[in-house]
Parts: sequence; C-alpha cells; structure tokens
Amino acid sequence: MNPMEIASMSLMVIGAAFCLFAAIGIVRMPDVFTRMQAATKAGTLGVGCLFLAVAFHFAEPDTAVKSVLVVLFLFLTAPVASHLIGRSAYAVRSPIWKGTVVDELEGKYDQETHRLKDDVEDPGEGGPGLPRSDATRPDRPGKG
Amino acid sequence: MTGIIGVDTSASLAGASLAEASAGSGTLVDWFVTGVFLVLAGAMILTTARLLWGPTLPDRVVALDLLAYFVAGAIAAYAIATGRPVLVDVAVVLALILFVGTAAFALYVARRGRP
Repeated sequence: MNPMEIASMSLMVIGAAFCLFAAIGIVRMPDVFTRMQAATKAGTLGVGCLFLAVAFHFAEPDTAVKSVLVVLFLFLTAPVASHLIGRSAYAVRSPIWKGTVVDELEGKYDQETHRLKDDVEDPGEGGPGLPRSDATRPDRPGKG
Repeated sequence: MTGIIGVDTSASLAGASLAEASAGSGTLVDWFVTGVFLVLAGAMILTTARLLWGPTLPDRVVALDLLAYFVAGAIAAYAIATGRPVLVDVAVVLALILFVGTAAFALYVARRGRP
C-alpha cells in the first residue's frame, strides 16, 4: 500500500461522511434556508473529496486534471446556484423558521415589485430585483 | 458474485488472489468503495424523502440539487470501482448540466410567485 492509496481511501471516507451529513441536514433542518446551507456546504465538500479521491487513486495526470476541474467547477457554481434558490425562496415568501435571529431584508423588500426599499429614493429601472412575474406585472394585458 | 457496482465482491470476501487480477488495485480499496456506495445510497434515500415530503417547492429544488450532487459522487466511486477513469468525463458533463438546471428551477420558482 503506497501513500497514494492511503490518501485516496482517507478522502473516500471523508467524502462519504460529508455526503451523509448533507443528507441528514436536509432532512433535519427546520426551513428552506437552513436546509440549503447544509446541502450546499456539506454536499459540495463531500463530492469534492470523492473526486480528489479519484485523482489520487488513478495517479495519472489527465485524470487528476479532470477531477480537479470538476471540483473547481462545483466549488464555483454551488454558491451561485444556492444563492439563486435562496433569493427565489425569499421572493416567494417561503416560510422562515421561528427561531431565526435576524432577517435583514424584513420591511425593505417589496413583495409586489421585487425591489428593495432602501434609503435611495427611486432605484428606477435596472435597480436590484428579480424579473417580475406575470401575475404582478401591472401593465401586461391578459393572455389570449 | 458480481454486484451491481461491477466489483468482484466474493473474491474480496474470500481473500483470493482473483481480485488482485480483476480489480488491479487490491481488495482494501474495494471494501472502501463498497462502503462509499452504501453511504451514498443512504444519503440518497434521505434526500429523496425530503424531495417527496418537501412542504414547499424551493425545498424540493434544494433536494433535487443535492441528489444530483450525490449522483456525481456515485460516478466518482464507480470510476474507482471499475478502474475506468473515462467516467470522470461523465461527471464533468453532469456538473455543467447541474448548474444550468438549478438556475432554471430557481427562475421558475421566482416567476411562479408562490412557494
């Protein structure tokens, strides 16, 4: 048994453990935002460790490069995807856990127009906000 | 016995020299890969439970996202189990598709307007 195999098996154990933690977190956490952070952080770390285990197991340059590429891509896109889901969940008033300590957007987020009501007088077009849904767009004629 | 993961598990159990010829990486790695598969299966079952229960649509989107991550991890373990590094290419494509799918679901949730 060489050091590469030891590293590979250690990373397999760590990766599988973090995947299990992510699954337990997504079942046990109380609301969608806490579930999302458990799934994203633990799940990304677990899968990343599994791909590093692949890189150490084969110990070939091209496989290692592809594995590290997968890990880098997951680490880049997972926060963006989770941010998009969290933003959409807040925009559609997904229920927030009763024990939540701080909700910094409370009272500042216009649920109708999806714009932030801040000290700025009028953010105008192109300000922060999601694309409006069809139901809340006032100047849109009915379909058909 | 050749299981669904393609590893000659009976040879590992018997400690015969057959596994060294077929797997090429020793029997201990086979045990670890089998453990990884079992843990990932349990994690997938838990995540599927959240996918089915999930009180709101964002919960289901998060569960589906995590399920695709576990599939990518299972592809990694399968590459080790079968000794085929080509399978990492599959994971590259899956990682690309995964992000686009999650972003599309998030936009759909926002446009739908209710949780």
